[in-house]
Amino acid sequence: MGGGVDRVIAIIDYEAGNLRSVEYAFKFVGAECVVTQDPQVIAAAEKVVFPGVGAAGSCMANLCRLGLDKALLEALASKKKVLAICVGMQLLFEESREDGGVECLGVFSGRVEHFEFPAAARVKIPHMGWNAVAFTGGHPVFKDIPAASEFYFVHSYYVEDNAPEILAGSTEYGGKVFTSAVARDNLVATQFHPEKSGKVGLKLLSNFLEW
Amino acid sequence: MLSKRLIVCLDVRDKKVTKGIKFKGNVDIGDPVELARQYYEDGVDELVFYDITASAEARPIDIEMVEDVAKNIFIPFSVGGGIRGVEDMRRALLAGAEKVSVNSLAVKNPEIISEGARAFGKQCVVLGMDVKKVAVSTSIPSGYEIVIQGGRKPMGLDALEWARRAEELGAGEICLNSIDADGTKEGYELTLTRLISEAVSIPVIASGGGGTCEHIVDVLSEGRADAALIASMVHYGDYTCSGIKEYVSSKGVKMRPLV
Repeated sequence: MGGGVDRVIAIIDYEAGNLRSVEYAFKFVGAECVVTQDPQVIAAAEKVVFPGVGAAGSCMANLCRLGLDKALLEALASKKKVLAICVGMQLLFEESREDGGVECLGVFSGRVEHFEFPAAARVKIPHMGWNAVAFTGGHPVFKDIPAASEFYFVHSYYVEDNAPEILAGSTEYGGKVFTSAVARDNLVATQFHPEKSGKVGLKLLSNFLEW
Repeated sequence: MLSKRLIVCLDVRDKKVTKGIKFKGNVDIGDPVELARQYYEDGVDELVFYDITASAEARPIDIEMVEDVAKNIFIPFSVGGGIRGVEDMRRALLAGAEKVSVNSLAVKNPEIISEGARAFGKQCVVLGMDVKKVAVSTSIPSGYEIVIQGGRKPMGLDALEWARRAEELGAGEICLNSIDADGTKEGYELTLTRLISEAVSIPVIASGGGGTCEHIVDVLSEGRADAALIASMVHYGDYTCSGIKEYVSSKGVKMRPLV
């Protein structure tokens, strides 16, 4: 990899489920990307993707075991552009209620809570399927995405109590409005899966490439 | 607000998509990856691939096909048929499938649901249920029985009880197929769909019997399904996914708009 920065997107592989679809989607929009567990490859990459499928507890444990928590935090500190997806976004907060309580990375203040609805409301959990996102703040990663666009979600936990200054998108489910995208400086994160969200998702990924 | 989903099912046999009537007599329709791409372009929300002969031929699901699909379409898709255990599930998921569906395997070995959920997360495990209406009895109190082998083999297992148990075991979704309605194009089994959908807190996909847009409206509203599965409606070119979604939306059922 050498000392310089390659124009490569490093997709962090911390053994948290299916990363293939993230890789395929980035390749489809013309990115050069590599799925990696190697901190040096992450350090050499131009941009970093922090995906995540699965439970917060095992995701956090794997991330730390592989030393990739440090690699991610260093990428953020070195001002690389980072996109976090789904559980990747949740792990950026201080704590998740999943798996009996998990200490997370604490990049953002706030906690990850379980969806709770009254039984009579018959709201299905997980929140699975296509839903709209009201983007705020005009972030470049969300530019030129038509207002009626919907994205693919699959999750039972959501981010609570985040600071309004990092809010970048919100979504309504079962009467509850939750944070579905956050952004600050060189970091942007989505609760939904852009890699599974059809053409609007691919547009978001190509915006990230250009960002 | 979460949209209801329109899902197209592609039954695959020898690398061709095929469609049968009540699991008897199949007609080849086309190449699975090419068809998947067409439906994706046409606005389908999700796809399901069933390798319909993998089980009978005791061979694993066609992983090359799964990879091909994952490289070309960027919406969720699940695969089923020929899943023999957790390792087969892993291979399908690593190839790019979003979810894996188990049906008769789970009836014979319910633990596969919890093993899959533990290994990959509940959202990856879909329970496929083939259900037949029968007389109410002490062993089948709901009057709906689980059958396997394309409806040929009754299992003495109550469908409602099985759905609840599968949720407890860790299924993330149920794909509910009425054997009585399947292939008839006379409408989904609304009573069954509502019964199951209201009994569990996980999403339920209604399958079997969809022949008109009105049938889809009915099962997503009256039937309380979270998603409707179709096949022959679009396979023969009678309808388009975009046309169906437009009609269903116009009747007040929330669908993902095409932008």
